[in-house]
Amino acid sequence: MIINGVSIDATFAEAFPMKATRAIITAQNEKWAMISAQAMTGFATSVIACGCEAGIERVLDPSETPDGRPGVSIMIFAMGAKGLAKQLETRAGQCVLTSPTSALFAGIDGGKRIPLGKNLRYFGDGFQIAKLINGKRYWRIPVMDGEFLTEATTGQVDAVGGGNFLVLAESQPQALAACEAAIEEMRKIPNVIMPFPGGVVRSGSKVGSKYKTLNASTNDAFCPTLKGMTKTDCSPEIESVMEIVIDGLTKEDIDRAMRVGIQAVCDLGAANGIKRISAGNYGGKLGPFHFHLQEIMA
Amino acid sequence: MSALTFTLKYSPAQRVDLSPLVCDQLKELSLAEIAALELYCGKRKLRVDELFTLSGDDAQNIVIKNSNDKLDYIGKDLQNGTISVEGDAGAYLGMGLQGGTINVSGNVGIYAACEMKKGYLEISGNAGDLLGAALPGNKMGMKGGTILVKGNVGERAGDHMRRGNILIEGNAGDYCGSRMTAGTIAVMGQTGRFLGYAMRRGTLLLWNQPTLSASFNDCGTHTLAFLPMLFRSFKSLNSKFADSSVAFNRVRRFGGDMAEMGRGEVLVKI
Repeated sequence: MIINGVSIDATFAEAFPMKATRAIITAQNEKWAMISAQAMTGFATSVIACGCEAGIERVLDPSETPDGRPGVSIMIFAMGAKGLAKQLETRAGQCVLTSPTSALFAGIDGGKRIPLGKNLRYFGDGFQIAKLINGKRYWRIPVMDGEFLTEATTGQVDAVGGGNFLVLAESQPQALAACEAAIEEMRKIPNVIMPFPGGVVRSGSKVGSKYKTLNASTNDAFCPTLKGMTKTDCSPEIESVMEIVIDGLTKEDIDRAMRVGIQAVCDLGAANGIKRISAGNYGGKLGPFHFHLQEIMA
Repeated sequence: MSALTFTLKYSPAQRVDLSPLVCDQLKELSLAEIAALELYCGKRKLRVDELFTLSGDDAQNIVIKNSNDKLDYIGKDLQNGTISVEGDAGAYLGMGLQGGTINVSGNVGIYAACEMKKGYLEISGNAGDLLGAALPGNKMGMKGGTILVKGNVGERAGDHMRRGNILIEGNAGDYCGSRMTAGTIAVMGQTGRFLGYAMRRGTLLLWNQPTLSASFNDCGTHTLAFLPMLFRSFKSLNSKFADSSVAFNRVRRFGGDMAEMGRGEVLVKI
């Protein structure tokens, strides 16, 4: 399959079941909601070492937030329910509770309920106040700038993590420009996050390493500088490869995000140095969710 | 189906216990069976049809017409359905209410919605003393749901209240919110003496500056983020509370009752 001169590999991305949750952070203005959201989703690029994958889903209009203030929707993904709950709570406590003017609300009404502010309330040292509004429990925790308002729980749902595609280009600036275009389009899709810095990862990994202590190492098949030294997947003209990783609430959400992302890359086309789209997988043996590139773009 | 309607034929000499006439207990009964039910009237028992003219067949939607203040325990332990009272109601209206809706077009007596757990009670007139309170000797009053009173309420509204909302468009008598454990009481009118007497936690939300006892301390003026959300939750009510022009988020906060646990608050609009 070739779109606008870009070859779409007959391969697939392999993804895994994860647990996910969503939270809504609001603040006096969008600037401070975003600062808090960035802090909460920081150091959360990969479950390999961060404990979770998190990202900003989108900016919310005041009319969409529970307290009518500007807000940001964030999502957190983890391999298990216990890990997710722990990450949510510690991040909420250190990054949102601490952030000036912030408030924190559930972003998923259904699913299993996990603590959001339920335990953060103890920071109030007995001065915290519960309010049950429209069947939802909120905590008012006195803090130095006034009150931190947080919903007690949010929903945890089954999700999918690790959808991905690779952009192979003739130069590093061209690969990055294509990925930026893809991310811009993919951020318009609800229910997905791209957890790596700016949504793009330049250090895709393979399973295993020559070093016994490491369970992941550089994906040498897609490292252009190793073209003559390893079993490469890069043709001679490829000078840079970048990857976009997608976590989503459902397989269909990731399908949609991959489609618009790959389309945005292909719109730049061969004329802008984009040669191929590929994907990372483990032979189909590890993850139950397979995203076949040519089926998605058909 | 039309509403199951009980029209009071005459004003009884003694007080009548209407607790058998709730939706859940009548839904399986025919009109004749309902007519044969017995109600306590003082120390006597009366058949329902001695007191009321019956019509309609929808037991989930009960209407009591010509009601007066002799009719006690209307909607006691109601779990679902609607009871509409046209006229006044006696004591213990909606006692232990567990769900559903009760509407009263007139005034109600003492202990309305006492120990209520869930549901919605709307009183278009005035309510007597101990609205949403605990029964004598009990430690827990209202535990959930919403009460709306369009008129005034008597003394000790929300005594021992544990959770839920009491919304009062008019004035509240003395000891409003006394011994509250939690929950919210909002009063648009004036409040009496000893407001929040011995309250442990909970919120008294006021539109007018009250006379507070010395055991309430001024915590200053604040903008509170939960207030707009609370007011928004009243939007669906047939009430002044649903009007966005009466909502506010700037308050002066008083903490108390310091003679008790002291974690309660009186929030006064500024």
